[in-house]
Amino acid sequence: MSGSYLEASARNRILGLLDPGSFVEFLGPTARVTSPHLPELDMPVAFDDGVAVGEGKIGGRTVLIAAQEGKFMGGAVGEVHGAKLTGLLERAIDIKPAAVLLLFDTGGVRLQEANAGLIAVGEIQRAVLAARHAGVPVIALVGGRNGCYGGTSIVARTCDWIIGSEEGRLSISGPEVIETVEGAEEFDSQDRALVWRTMGVKHRRLIGDIDRVVADDIDAFRAAAQDYFGKSRPLTLDALNAEQEFLASRLKRFEDCRDAREIWARLGVNESGRVPDLDPEQFENLASSCAVRRP
Amino acid sequence: MSEQSRQSLERLFFDLFGGKYAVEFESSLLHGEATFQGKTIAILGTLERAYISASLALEQARYVLDVMRDHPGRPILLVVENSGQKLSLFDELIGNNGYIAHLSTCLDAARRRGHKVIGLVHELAISGGFMATGMATGDCYACEGAELRVMAPEAMSRITRIPLERLGELTKSNPILGPGVKNFERIGAIAGVWSGDLRAHLHEALSAPEQEDARRARGAERGGRLLAAKVAQAVREGRQRL
Repeated sequence: MSGSYLEASARNRILGLLDPGSFVEFLGPTARVTSPHLPELDMPVAFDDGVAVGEGKIGGRTVLIAAQEGKFMGGAVGEVHGAKLTGLLERAIDIKPAAVLLLFDTGGVRLQEANAGLIAVGEIQRAVLAARHAGVPVIALVGGRNGCYGGTSIVARTCDWIIGSEEGRLSISGPEVIETVEGAEEFDSQDRALVWRTMGVKHRRLIGDIDRVVADDIDAFRAAAQDYFGKSRPLTLDALNAEQEFLASRLKRFEDCRDAREIWARLGVNESGRVPDLDPEQFENLASSCAVRRP
Repeated sequence: MSEQSRQSLERLFFDLFGGKYAVEFESSLLHGEATFQGKTIAILGTLERAYISASLALEQARYVLDVMRDHPGRPILLVVENSGQKLSLFDELIGNNGYIAHLSTCLDAARRRGHKVIGLVHELAISGGFMATGMATGDCYACEGAELRVMAPEAMSRITRIPLERLGELTKSNPILGPGVKNFERIGAIAGVWSGDLRAHLHEALSAPEQEDARRARGAERGGRLLAAKVAQAVREGRQRL
């Protein structure tokens, strides 16, 4: 299904990515497994607790898929929401699909269920690693309005592959949080261009945190995801040492940079001011020559 | 480092290992080894309520990788002591989430490769700092009196728009919301609180059977988090109903 990924709901993203008629949802809205905690705070619940999880096919191959609904509590992870993601990843160990696709659209932990949300994110991360150690590739998709923040940004970076669209952002602390604690001199959250170039997917792609930038289009996400089916990043001691070296050399190379444009210039990007204007294809051409690549 | 925090850590290590430990303190990082019941244990951690920056996450990962390379199977005691992830423009720019993910992936890998990886929250752990460290260990324990939280109550009140007073009432009855080790124990995030005979606690932790992830089941058993285990199991089985 062609169409904007950004504008689509969680279920429409799933339906658009999967082969027609192949989606089977687990604990869907009719099961009405809702948050037991929100009513205590007089807050509305969602019948799926803000995440759809299930099984389907892409190009005839079986995948497990989860999509966070960014319109419910900013896609934040509560007890039920988190457990659905963890259960899905553990199912991957049992049925060995071609991949698990995680469609993140979230601010991170749901503060109304703070402790349960935090531990849930830890459980999701462990389940991602369990699936990876079982040989199932886990692919993160980041292209929703909420980006991918907080503990969930750690989970995304624990996956084998990350695909983002231009609209996507991937970072641990939100701009408002940094500004509130450290002041606007440290981070001006109103400066959208600053937010974008510090946390946006193009910057992440250039410094090697994500693997592909695609157009804001469901078809484009599907095509990119298919390239990673059956392909895992190893978790051997050698692979972990290579990641260590990669992260260490990146930290050293850019330790004096205070703006993404300095980093891009150092990577050899000419006229770094035009990066925001490049369309995904032009940008991928640039990235394939300039970006650092994680092992 | 302050004399007070050095003394507090030295007391912890003395209670655990008597004189049989050698730990170096380097700014926010501590590392070394100890002998416990005839076995060598690697010790690693942060101190003085450190903020987990990209570089501090990376330094810890280096030690975990070294232990895996040089001493296969050696247990690792991770002292968890932090004020959360570092909030700075630079840490976002460089992608601290990737550095933290790497540290937790290394801790997880050590556990899967047969190292007993035990977390111990010393005084404080917050949010992303807990996720980077204690939540990636096999089992995480806490010293009595330690503090654990997602966010300060004032900030939580502001963001959730729940008045501070009401939040205080709610947190008394609901382990999901309130700060504190007891709440995190009830929801299964903390395996147990260590007080009194620390050596007995460590002995027990080292002998505990290795499980994939016991936290949900513990949360259900302890009545603090009733749905997570059931929901995850239903999805794992591909069910339509709980």
